[in-house]
Amino acid sequence: MKTIRLLLLSLAAATLALGGAQAATPKNMFVQAKDIADIITMDPAEVFELTTGEIIANIYDRIMMFEPEDLQNLVGGVAESYEVSKDGKTITFKIRPGLKFHSGNPVRAADVAWSLQRVVKLNKTPAFIITQFGWTPDNVDSLVKATDSSHVQITITEDFSPGLVLNAMSAGVASVVDMKLVMSHEKEGDLGYDWLKSNSAGSGAFSLKTWKANEIVTLEANQDYRHGKPGVDRVILRHVAEPSSQRLLLEKGDIDMARNLTPDQIKGIMGNSDIAIDGHPKGTIVYMAANAGHPALGKEKVVQALRWLVDYNSMANSFLAGQFVVHQAFWPAGLWASLETIPYKQDIPKARALLAEAGYADGFELTIHTLTNSPFPEIAQAVQANLAKGGIKANIVTLEGKTLWPKYRAREHDIILARWSPDYVDPHSNADAFAHNPDNRLEAKLTGVLAWRNAWADDASNKLAVMARNELDLGKRKQQYLDLQAMLQKKGPFVIMFQQNEQVARRKNLRGFVSGSNFDLVFYRNVTKQ
Amino acid sequence: MGLALPSKLVKVSGVIASLILTFIGLTAITFTIGRVMPADPVLAIVGDRASQEVYDQVFLQLGLDQPIYVQYLKYLGQLLQGDLGTSIMTAQPVAEDILRFFPATLELATVATLLGIFVGIPMGVLAAVNQGRWPDHVVRIIGLIGYSAPIFWLGMIALLIFYANLGWVAGPGRLDVYYDSIVDPVTGILILDAALAGEWDIFHNAIAHLILPASILGTFALAYIARMTRSFMLDQLSQEYILTARVKGVPEWQVIWGHAFRNVLVQLITIIGLTYASLLEGSVLTETIFSWPGIGLYITNSLFNNDMNAVLGGTIVVGVCFVGINMLSDLLYKLVDPRVR
Repeated sequence: MKTIRLLLLSLAAATLALGGAQAATPKNMFVQAKDIADIITMDPAEVFELTTGEIIANIYDRIMMFEPEDLQNLVGGVAESYEVSKDGKTITFKIRPGLKFHSGNPVRAADVAWSLQRVVKLNKTPAFIITQFGWTPDNVDSLVKATDSSHVQITITEDFSPGLVLNAMSAGVASVVDMKLVMSHEKEGDLGYDWLKSNSAGSGAFSLKTWKANEIVTLEANQDYRHGKPGVDRVILRHVAEPSSQRLLLEKGDIDMARNLTPDQIKGIMGNSDIAIDGHPKGTIVYMAANAGHPALGKEKVVQALRWLVDYNSMANSFLAGQFVVHQAFWPAGLWASLETIPYKQDIPKARALLAEAGYADGFELTIHTLTNSPFPEIAQAVQANLAKGGIKANIVTLEGKTLWPKYRAREHDIILARWSPDYVDPHSNADAFAHNPDNRLEAKLTGVLAWRNAWADDASNKLAVMARNELDLGKRKQQYLDLQAMLQKKGPFVIMFQQNEQVARRKNLRGFVSGSNFDLVFYRNVTKQ
Repeated sequence: MGLALPSKLVKVSGVIASLILTFIGLTAITFTIGRVMPADPVLAIVGDRASQEVYDQVFLQLGLDQPIYVQYLKYLGQLLQGDLGTSIMTAQPVAEDILRFFPATLELATVATLLGIFVGIPMGVLAAVNQGRWPDHVVRIIGLIGYSAPIFWLGMIALLIFYANLGWVAGPGRLDVYYDSIVDPVTGILILDAALAGEWDIFHNAIAHLILPASILGTFALAYIARMTRSFMLDQLSQEYILTARVKGVPEWQVIWGHAFRNVLVQLITIIGLTYASLLEGSVLTETIFSWPGIGLYITNSLFNNDMNAVLGGTIVVGVCFVGINMLSDLLYKLVDPRVR
């Protein structure tokens, strides 16, 4: 026994001598724990993932921007001012003088034009945000050009509202890239694509120091940033996939912020006097979509019945509490032109009556496909119980995204329970996905359009979506989007249920973290530590 | 003598042929499974919102329009030139990824196995010698816990106690973030690299991070090795030659360690080899809880993302480990047991 005691004491002494945990992170460093496994590229022409969306927002200044000091108003980023032609088809940007990239190269009009041209020529997934303006690899050099050393002129060939075009110029694809630096790494005409996947060439508040996939991302402050030196010298995103581990690290002070805590963990950590919980309303919405190709789900009244069967409030007040709020329009609340009415709550008799009118008084059987990660399985189970009250027997199949999306894109589902975030801060971003399906034929393969994926098209909805997209008058445009959202609350395949409220737990000595409505409106430059 | 050389040559060529066949089988099966899985490798690259035009472009770039056997042959051709391809997830050559992720697992698995050997074997011997008495019961209970307790739960509880409450060890990750990228990777094994660079603060920090996940993983190794040691020893201790030795008055420690234990060594080498090889595959759960960037997590994440180059690269590494450890075990048999020579 003596030997065992001695052994245990030695083990304790040895581990103590190793000096297990640090007391706190250094003051000049902002350390976050986050699941960063979604990072696959750092090239702004290709970035479309949540984590990289926010990272490149801190590395690159965009042509137009929402700044952390005022997330409601779109202002010039690299552009100092802009001028719109009378027909609304040409916009001329004046570039701010004296800006520099991290490399020390000056930010020129030529860099701005080249950055947009590069996106179109590479034609990666997010390129559609600007190619929708009629830009192709063949015409982009003439439609997007530097007219002199400080002016860039863009011309669109489609009848889009200039407001929409300006909003698109605040998306990740409008990040201004250091042409000279990137082209010095060009290989076989790839416009520096291979190099920029894991490097940075921006003029934003931070530059990329290291990215070790599934391990760590380190950003270094740009001391010469146009808004002044950022509050911390370094920002570190540590890959911690397990939320329980994130919580332990935060409580010990080994990180300043935990980004992926579950509602239970948030509840558990609330009593800790060193930790604050902040809520950031995000643009991500959770919705159910019914495949109109399904014999029952193709009937308007059946989808309407689904809307009355779901018990939104009970979910929002229980397992989704704090992280999601009820929202029932395709454009998220809190943004320009969002419809914030909540017309639906659970009403079983009304739902049953609608099902009977549709010829399904005895219900029917369907499958709900959803994602494996929380809260989707939990929501699916709650919905399953809700639908059962209307006599609908729902089977649940949970799949990883990589398996679920092919099914969705091939219209091989009954009901999908999924999420959607805007690509940029203009209602057209969501209207184009939910309300506009110009060609419903299977062979049209408009796989990026949610309405098409659900085999649903409606002339009135299409017409209004196009009108709103093209409208020059801001007031009229806003009303058109409100009408369109109201229209889709009554018809169409979607049952929009919730909007995300991102809960972030931070050490109280850290301030200034800004997380806006869109996935890429996250800013680190105002973060300071006491 | 005249026949010895050809027979050796035949043996060596037999080994080489079986190695080649193993790797062809391994890569062919993994490749085919990857291609017939319902997950879409194109969507792993372009995301679910990509237009059909972008999708088709990447589909062709990946050569997915060609028959599976053509794709496989192309892959084999690249492999023969030492090119494992590029990972979708990390945007890096798979070979570089493996050089980063595998040493992390090697470090963890080696310490865990050493723990299993140096604690598990004495425990197993102690249990066998005291069969039916309390030390035997204690060892069996420890073995049962180590073998059956969910590693996820064990890891979380250990973190809560030793990291969060007692502060004896460091938390998840291989290093505190402030030390990241200070030491240049030479072997990729942090404790070695830190020692080679003379960075003793980093060395201590790396050990503080390593000790808990290695102990958790080691518990599994320890339980298995202790259980098997007990069983092998019981078998030997009931043999007549042990009775003879005892009758002849050979000291008990010599009977146990010099006679019985020597005869279980060959079997134990097999068990230790298998344990080590299975730990080298990476333990996804341990790596997840402790944010340990190892090969297990790399392969699993790659599989979820249908990143087939990465999956194949990882599978080849695991295959090499198994084959290598088997060959090493064969060599060790010859060292410890003259009858095998």
